[in-house]
Amino acid sequence: MHFSVYRYNPETDDKPYMQEYEVAVDAGMMLRDALLDIKFQDESFTFRHSCGEGVCGSDGVNINGTNGLACITPISVLKEPVEVRPFPGRPVIRDLVVDMTQFYHQYRSVKPYLTVHDPEPEEEYRQSPEEREKLDGLYECILCGCCSTACPSFWWNPDKFRGPAALLQSYRFIADSRDQATAQRLEELEGPYRLFRCHSIMNCTNVCPKGLNPTKAIGEIKKIMLKNNT
Amino acid sequence: MSSSIPVRRFDTLVIGAGGGGLRAALQLAQADAHVAVVSKVFPTRSHTVAAQGGMNAALANVLPDNWHWHMFDTIKGSDYLADQDAVEYMCRAAPRLVVELEHAGVPFSRLDNGKIYQRPFGGQSQNFGGDQAARTCAAADRTGHAILHSLYQQNIHAKTHFFDEYLALDLIYDDEGTILGAVVMEIETGETMVIEAKATLLATGGAGQIFRTNTNAHINTGDGMGMALRAGIPLQDMEFFQFHPTGIAGKGMLITEGARGEGGYLLNKDGERFMERYAPNAKDLASRDVVSRAIYTEVKEGRGCGPNADHVMLKLDHLGMDVIQKRLPGIRSTIQTFLHIDPASESIPVYPTAHYTMGGIPTNRHGQVVAPLGQTAEETVQGLYAVGECACVSVHGANRLGGNSLLDIVVFGRAAGNHIIDYLKENRYHRPMADDSIDKAMARLSRWGQKGEGESVRQLKDELKKTMEDFCGVFRTDEILAEGVDKVIALEARLQDARLQDHSKVFNTARVEALELENLMDIALATVCSAHARKESRGAHSRIDYPDRDDERWLKHSLFFKEGRKLDYKPVRMKPLTVDSFPPKARVY
Ligand SMILES: Cc1cc2nc3c(=O)[nH]c(=O)nc-3n(C[C@H](O)[C@H](O)[C@H](O)COP(=O)(O)OP(=O)(O)OC[C@H]3O[C@@H](n4cnc5c(N)ncnc54)[C@H](O)[C@@H]3O)c2cc1C
Ligand code: SF4
Ligand code: SF4
Ligand code: FES
Repeated sequence: MHFSVYRYNPETDDKPYMQEYEVAVDAGMMLRDALLDIKFQDESFTFRHSCGEGVCGSDGVNINGTNGLACITPISVLKEPVEVRPFPGRPVIRDLVVDMTQFYHQYRSVKPYLTVHDPEPEEEYRQSPEEREKLDGLYECILCGCCSTACPSFWWNPDKFRGPAALLQSYRFIADSRDQATAQRLEELEGPYRLFRCHSIMNCTNVCPKGLNPTKAIGEIKKIMLKNNT
Repeated sequence: MSSSIPVRRFDTLVIGAGGGGLRAALQLAQADAHVAVVSKVFPTRSHTVAAQGGMNAALANVLPDNWHWHMFDTIKGSDYLADQDAVEYMCRAAPRLVVELEHAGVPFSRLDNGKIYQRPFGGQSQNFGGDQAARTCAAADRTGHAILHSLYQQNIHAKTHFFDEYLALDLIYDDEGTILGAVVMEIETGETMVIEAKATLLATGGAGQIFRTNTNAHINTGDGMGMALRAGIPLQDMEFFQFHPTGIAGKGMLITEGARGEGGYLLNKDGERFMERYAPNAKDLASRDVVSRAIYTEVKEGRGCGPNADHVMLKLDHLGMDVIQKRLPGIRSTIQTFLHIDPASESIPVYPTAHYTMGGIPTNRHGQVVAPLGQTAEETVQGLYAVGECACVSVHGANRLGGNSLLDIVVFGRAAGNHIIDYLKENRYHRPMADDSIDKAMARLSRWGQKGEGESVRQLKDELKKTMEDFCGVFRTDEILAEGVDKVIALEARLQDARLQDHSKVFNTARVEALELENLMDIALATVCSAHARKESRGAHSRIDYPDRDDERWLKHSLFFKEGRKLDYKPVRMKPLTVDSFPPKARVY
């Protein structure tokens, strides 16, 4: 099978280029296996990966124009030649490896940790199965970045717009019956950029490899804000 | 040479940002110790993220339970090789630590009364060997993810200093053997740096990559164990490597024991529920070593499934969509992705897969690294701590119980953090640097700058993994192991002739993998040599030529030293902290 892969090494290349590779494929092969084969052919080819089963979030790349995780993308569904590029809109460090600093920064900015002001009980906080169910579809995020780097609003304002992944996390704590910082969380998302740069284009939701729905989470935050403001 | 390397100074250096490292870092950061966490991947990519089934603690939320029963199960599961003081400490601490994690935000699944959901897991009993217990606290089948992310989040809150995508190369130590920090390399730039610390904690995880088919991530190359060996510290009990009974056949991805905990069971080609023959009481929830050996035996005796009769089936479809979707959503999606079948309607082909490193860097229950340095068998190595899968404290002995490792990493991560806080009070100043030790670490790196033709790292790594699978697998004999030792020594010799083709500095993963291979090689050698020497069967170490456990001669821990490939032994700590000892007994499930 034919692969066309984005290459760029800042030490030797003036500008990026696409390089062609042939990979012998078999049934059930994932894109990560193909990339490993390419690395076997050409040691200098570089990409991040680790768990191989879609839980660590290391190997997000752009595959035939769409962001996804290489390790759970079967090559049987891909159109040939398979074009593999780094995430769009992020500075490229080398080949498929991009600089995710701003993505992580936005994550940290939403204070993604459970905040409780009351004294802690000796036992676990009680949470009903129904309350816990509200976290499904939110807590599973693996911070792969497929969503934020597919979001036009994040491309243009990665320093000001929190981006879908961070906003999904923000809502994960707003939705948690144990968290007591909802008011602050909402306040910190006020203004034209942090939250409201989202124009509900749904790119994020369409690419999320874990089937999560940041657009919906963002919509929920907006709903609560509107309700509080009326 | 060493004078040109930039130096950063911290009170404590934590190497590894999995559950073990992050739990320790949190303890330290909350006590205002100046702590640096170095990780070769962004923290939430650490392999703790992959843990599925859950974490053991005798909360008694579902069935009656107490820590003493948990302690008994753990020691029996370990085939009596675990140190009983450490096991008591862990099992007593467990309920409080789970509650702590819950308060830190972990989204545990819930019972109707709002308490944490617990499921049955293998090797668990009530009342010292009675009915099945339900001791494993779970966040669906994504417990590791839930714990790792929450711990990282709390570290953000505590303002822990992270060095993400830095590879630790080697420990720095002075003439007295005191550990002074480590030499690390920033992967993005290829630049090296010295991190000086009064205390250094290794939390670098397991070494499942020494075997071909495994459940471990690409990064699980046992780097901390390699660093310890090179610093003259032995590795303990390396012959005990856990093979998980239910990896996806031929591929290795894990299907959690929680699948059997929720009511799944194994079938052979005749549709027989064969575990009833091997473990009449516990059946499919017997200890992992027992279930793995049963599967091997079924396949070896011709009762395997599939065209090659080389696996057995795990049946879940009778559990119903509701249970599968609520309790096992992650493995359902993994099975759908990799096998294109739905476990809610079809059985899953499974086979034992290399999973967990029971052995590791010897420590006491405070996480201090201990070694025979000349006087006694357990002298502390000054300034060095180790926790988690890279360490051997030893709570898992010859066979770890499912759900005890997530527990191990938080219990001893926290204990080590606390001990370091005290250690820092008595050791207030950094010691003089040891330049020759830094030079040694740098030489290991610059060796890979040699140009020219040579063997490829990937080729050698593939051969090593295949060799370990063939010559150090589940069933072992003197002959097979002796050949394995020779083969790994030969591979180690060939490693000298390996060369990189890519010599660039920026994000050179080929170089990272070469450095990792050196660690894998050392660890494989420790494993196969320790296995060859141990002439008995205990837990995961199963010798066809010595089928019985031999407490008279072998109720002791192995210690493997890199220098001269020397083996030494030390006694098992049979005395718990407060309760009576559990003396070795025949192990039936
Ligand atoms: C698929 C799977 C499922 C599991 N399920 C369960 C379960 O349900 N219950 C249970 O109790 N246990 C389970 N386990 C076991 C358990 O998850 C692990 O033993 C445990 O998470 C290990 O944690 P750790 O902190 O020791 O190491 P890890 O989480 O592996 O972290 C190691 C850290 O060290 C860093 N590191 C390594 N080398 C270097 C270096 N040279 N330089 C810098 N940083 C380095 C890595 O970047 C990483 O941050 C499972 C294991 C697997 C593989
Ligand atoms: S829905 Fe909002 S966050 Fe998602 S891609 Fe569109 S603009 Fe970005
Ligand atoms: S929301 Fe989905 S795509 Fe975005 S970071 Fe999380 S897992 Fe990745
Ligand atoms: S390698 Fe971990 S998500 Fe793909």
